[in-house]
Amino acid sequence: MSVFIIRRLLQSLAVLSVTALLVFLGVYAIGDPTEMLIAPDASAAERLQVITSLGLDKPLWQQFMHFVWNALHGDLGRSFVFNQPSISLILQRLPATLELTLVALLLALGLGIPLGLISGLKPGSRLDAGIMTGSIFGFSLPSFWQGMMLIMVFSVWLGWLPSTGRGEIGSFLGIHSSLFTLDGLSHLILPAVNLSLFKLSLVIRLTRSGVRETMSLDFIKFARARGLSEARIVGVHVLKNIMIPLITVVGMELGSMLAFAVVTESIFAWPGIGKLLINSIMRLDRPVVVAYLLVIVTLFILINLLVDLLYSLIDPRIRLGGQR
Amino acid sequence: MSSPEILLDVAHLSTHFETRRGVMKAVDDISFRIHEREIVGLVGESGSGKSITGFSILGLLDPPGRIVTGSIRFKGQDLVGLPAAQMRALRGKRIAMIFQDPMMTLNPVLSIGTQMMETVLAHDKVSRAEARQRSRDALGMVGIASPEERLDAYPHQFSGGMRQRVAIAIALLHRPDLIIADEPTTALDVTIQSQILFEVKRLAREFNMALIWISHDLGVVAGLVSRIMVMYAGRIVEAGPVSSVLDQPAHPYTAGLLAAIPAMTPKGMPLQPIPGMAPAPNLRPAGCAFQDRCRHADAACQSTPPTGMLGEQYWQCAHPLIHTSHKEPA
Amino acid sequence: MKPALSWFARLRNGNTPSGRMLAGILASPLATLSACVCLLLLFAALCGPFLVAQNPYDLAALNILDSKLPPGSSGFEGANYWLGTDGQGRDMLSAMVYGLRTSIGVGVFSGVLAMAVGTLLGLIAAYFGGRLDSLIMRSVDLMLGLPTILVALMLLAVLGQGVGKVIFALTLVQWAHFARTVRSAALVEKQKDYVEAAITLGISTPRILLRHLLPNCLPPVIVVGMLQVASAISAEATLSFLGIGLPITEPSLGLLIANGYETLMSGEYWISFYPGMLLLVLVFNINIVGDRVREVLNPRTGER
Repeated sequence: MSVFIIRRLLQSLAVLSVTALLVFLGVYAIGDPTEMLIAPDASAAERLQVITSLGLDKPLWQQFMHFVWNALHGDLGRSFVFNQPSISLILQRLPATLELTLVALLLALGLGIPLGLISGLKPGSRLDAGIMTGSIFGFSLPSFWQGMMLIMVFSVWLGWLPSTGRGEIGSFLGIHSSLFTLDGLSHLILPAVNLSLFKLSLVIRLTRSGVRETMSLDFIKFARARGLSEARIVGVHVLKNIMIPLITVVGMELGSMLAFAVVTESIFAWPGIGKLLINSIMRLDRPVVVAYLLVIVTLFILINLLVDLLYSLIDPRIRLGGQR
Repeated sequence: MSSPEILLDVAHLSTHFETRRGVMKAVDDISFRIHEREIVGLVGESGSGKSITGFSILGLLDPPGRIVTGSIRFKGQDLVGLPAAQMRALRGKRIAMIFQDPMMTLNPVLSIGTQMMETVLAHDKVSRAEARQRSRDALGMVGIASPEERLDAYPHQFSGGMRQRVAIAIALLHRPDLIIADEPTTALDVTIQSQILFEVKRLAREFNMALIWISHDLGVVAGLVSRIMVMYAGRIVEAGPVSSVLDQPAHPYTAGLLAAIPAMTPKGMPLQPIPGMAPAPNLRPAGCAFQDRCRHADAACQSTPPTGMLGEQYWQCAHPLIHTSHKEPA
Repeated sequence: MKPALSWFARLRNGNTPSGRMLAGILASPLATLSACVCLLLLFAALCGPFLVAQNPYDLAALNILDSKLPPGSSGFEGANYWLGTDGQGRDMLSAMVYGLRTSIGVGVFSGVLAMAVGTLLGLIAAYFGGRLDSLIMRSVDLMLGLPTILVALMLLAVLGQGVGKVIFALTLVQWAHFARTVRSAALVEKQKDYVEAAITLGISTPRILLRHLLPNCLPPVIVVGMLQVASAISAEATLSFLGIGLPITEPSLGLLIANGYETLMSGEYWISFYPGMLLLVLVFNINIVGDRVREVLNPRTGER
């Protein structure tokens, strides 16, 4: 088990290094690094100063070392626009994105698994066909347009929910989140629904195919032969078996959800890292873009590791090895 | 000793599968009886319908299969058409089943203990501790050492023979009246096979259970059962006490099966397989399904073969190998 | 004439993948409807300029006084605005048709390009195996592990705007899907006798790859192709909405929707709503057909 963890850690380190190299090359080697890292309105003297301090006149490999050294110390450049270290900008906004993404994930799972179960247990029925077509609808719906329609219906026409921004932040057990206030919740609902829709379809389809595959396996027949109730068979036997592929894929998709939050945050003016990214791209605030990339990749790697760990915990075949 | 009661009375059972390629008559009008404490073998090749017979009894048919006619009376109660809740109460408690490949029949992500305890709890309202106790005892009964630790283990941590013992233990949890064993030793090594056979026979005697042992292997079954039924193409072609059937087979198919067993062939003689293959379930000829492979076949075989009897042995054949003075129409 | 004839004959008699796909689509009323809608939209896109009254990008044809009219109104010169006008007085219907052209054009083009690149790499990986295979597959894993939107965003942030750059970015994020599918199919086909026969006959490698292996790997590629085109159209719309996709001179449906974002709050919904509906209808129907074809070609769930 520990060998497993160590191996995964090493793999993750390798991926991180490769990504760092790619980012570095993208910023420093392609295009003009001075363009990317110096504010466009800097004077000639300031430029020279930045060039020497950043070592842009040194050979490329030295620059890479410098870059890595700085990165390991948490220095990923300073934002032009805010004049703060990019990393602190990102870390300030990260909780908002995490909050949004986690709630959206819970929504997708909470609705998706039951719907997928229903669909899988009655294959070929009208309910099944309806849910499946609905799921195709779900991922065909352009998420930004859907967000806009949500705002139109619930904010403009019905006036029930606020359309932009994050609500008040409450705290519970030391965690600060807008989940804990009513105002916060009302601001959270629309963006979370928007972000969850795409994944909802995926979860429904995954659950459905998992259920169909599992139901045809022999141990289900044996469970019936032992006189177990259908409720137990589905609730315990089937569910535990489909958890494995479900967790794996959902875990991988969590990373993509984090990235996709960019769109939701733009529409709903949610103050997370996605909105920061778009704004930075627009304003050519490259250090922030670089920092965002590295943070996101690190997050991905962490998530992948977590998923692997969870997977090995759930599947006893992985955890306990072979025959005795 | 009073004659044992009839436990299971199957009358004119037919199970069909309606597919796009036609109707497959997996089980075609079979009738038999199992008495209490009786150990019976059901022998046939793949596709003969023997496993489907077992599933039909327990109501475990997957669609598009369904029982089209016939009755299955268990202790007088007809299982065909029985409401689902009552059927479920019977399964695992009064009638239990052991499947062929225990790796596939035990859920790989749940521990043995969980699967055993849930079987107990599905039928008896007892505490978890007691369920665990019963599971432990059952494991001990089938000869598994250190049962307490084994309860927390997972199926993949057991060898094939041990897994099958676990399956038998699960079948015994409620001391059922009847166990249907569907090729339980086919997936195991030959040495383990005989161990399992021995265990099952011992346990059946000890708990006064009736047993239907389904197999394609006549040799395996011969040493275990008191009565044997031979199935071919969905029909029971011959049945009777094991000694009679094996010494004096009446149906050419049974004779062919016996002749094909390598152990039965004298040294130096060529092996005698039965020529040809069993017809596909939707392409069976009218009358006797064996006629295309039978040396004795003629025009008479194209209508439903008549039933013949000698003592406790009976058969369905137009040209049986036994001549009796008593022939009954089908 | 002869090859075409034999294809039809095989279609009618037999069990060719194209025959099965077609039969599968026709067997489902929903899929047939969707296929018709797709063809209709394609037709509209191709013949667009001839069908609609106004070229929305010809500034001379616009009348600013006609701006923000709700659907169904008539303009100053008696023009009928079935779906209303936007902030510059453009007829929504015309704008949508032009936008449709761009959306479909970019989506299909990048999809086809990605299909070509991905298929080639997949074939190579499967056929040659070894280090080349590992290299290609590692890249595929990397590409598929990163979220599409992120990669596209990053690329366009570096490269800037423009149709070509958007197509490039979209191709880059899609090729991996094709490569993986083709490689799996090709690995299976590689084992079959006709490949060995071709090798012993001394047929050149490119010919084997293209004339022998490729046709047999096509069915799953078609499925992926359809679904990817839908996804590309969606992705391009998202990028344009965020402002990093196509430039204003080549607006797609995404940009039209973006234009309507500000006016949404004041209740002038039609500027975003209708282009959005059109986009939805387009993507949805492509997905339905693609999904149906996938079900039909998948041996496990083929029987319905």
